[in-house]
Amino acid sequence: MSETILRLEDVTRIHGTGEAQVTALAGVSLEVAAGELVAVMGPSGSGKSTLLNLAGGLDAPTTGTVVIEGQALGQLGKDGLARLRRRRVGFVFQDFNLIPSLTAAENVALPLELDGQRVGKARRRAVDALNTVGVGELADRYPDKMSGGQQQRVAIARALVGDRRLVLADEPTGALDSHTGEGVLRVLRERCDAGAAGLLVTHEARHAAWADRVVFLRDGVVVDSTGGDVAESLLEPTA
Amino acid sequence: MSVKQGLLALLATRPMYGAQLRAEFEARTGGTWPLNVGQVYTTLGRLERDGLVEGIGADEEGRISYRLTDTGRREVAAWWTSPVDRETTPRDELVIKLALAVTVDGVDVPTVVQTQRTATMRHLRDLTRLKQQAMNASDDATPEAANPGVKRDDQGRIDLAWLLVLENLIFAGEAEVRWLDHVESTLVREAVRGPGARRTPAAYENDTDRTTEGARS
Repeated sequence: MSETILRLEDVTRIHGTGEAQVTALAGVSLEVAAGELVAVMGPSGSGKSTLLNLAGGLDAPTTGTVVIEGQALGQLGKDGLARLRRRRVGFVFQDFNLIPSLTAAENVALPLELDGQRVGKARRRAVDALNTVGVGELADRYPDKMSGGQQQRVAIARALVGDRRLVLADEPTGALDSHTGEGVLRVLRERCDAGAAGLLVTHEARHAAWADRVVFLRDGVVVDSTGGDVAESLLEPTA
Repeated sequence: MSVKQGLLALLATRPMYGAQLRAEFEARTGGTWPLNVGQVYTTLGRLERDGLVEGIGADEEGRISYRLTDTGRREVAAWWTSPVDRETTPRDELVIKLALAVTVDGVDVPTVVQTQRTATMRHLRDLTRLKQQAMNASDDATPEAANPGVKRDDQGRIDLAWLLVLENLIFAGEAEVRWLDHVESTLVREAVRGPGARRTPAAYENDTDRTTEGARS
């Protein structure tokens, strides 16, 4: 078994109090190992986005523990949490969230520079990251001169630049046509095959199918999970 | 689809003997519909009897190659230009199972739905892995890749055929998951309305306010 990158232990998140109290997640446990892509599916309001926010330290659970690369988020102060988010976690959103006044390389280098790395080194690592997602030639281009699929690849590069190995993706293909979306998932899959850990929220079965496992959420509870290895017989079509 | 039409379509490209036909058929469909060689020879026998193919003598190893007759050629042309008959498509066991599940007392329908969805997602994942491999193979295609001895252009087309077969299976799985989601949300709506609220088909026919159905987020 590979190293566990993300672990949620019996995580519950309750919003509001009293009559207005809403349980967004109720006792969810989940692990994502290095090299693994896990998809989360479920209807609107089932807790998918809450799960992703908790996994990335953007929100804190009411009870339960979130652990990223051995570090329990609840034990970190505000600064420690910000540092961990910067160094360990990457986000990919439906609308790409690239900074329009920065080139692709500058967007990708930004988290490294915020973390104190020198500009030259940060740029070199950014260009490396862009190459791994197949858009190295776009390094000096601005987001408005890129297609949606290209922007999303840049966003994946940004999410995984440097030493970060956990990528949290919230409907990353939502704004793309199905062919382009497929290309983005293929890149995400490749990054995970190369050792990253990915958590992918999607409502599309075709996209969730790129994951190793699918976790089904309903009313804040995991109702099922497609465990098991890929069927070996299927991987040898001519056998 | 019958084996007959597949063999005729292949024989339209060049004369072949049974084992060749079988290999070609499986290469083009990625082994999705395995044929046994006995099936191929039985079918060839019937095609010859019906005047659609004719034997053109044996090679040094005694293998008889077949080619299309004019009648056979017309049959292939007609097949390409006519749509596939959906009336003869076999009934889907899942559809029947769920139709029975919602009408038989004591069946936990949500669990039936979820169990199936999990299995279908697993199947979709396996198909997607195959697709990823096929895409990677076609990205770094070299002439000697995969089947040695096959011309590069032919290999490219066989890869494409396999990718399209996989996509078909993925679309079908995706449609099944969407339908299961729909079944589930319909059941939830029915449960909210209460068991007494279920109406007879006649009541539905008089319904003028059905436009809000099927909304799914």
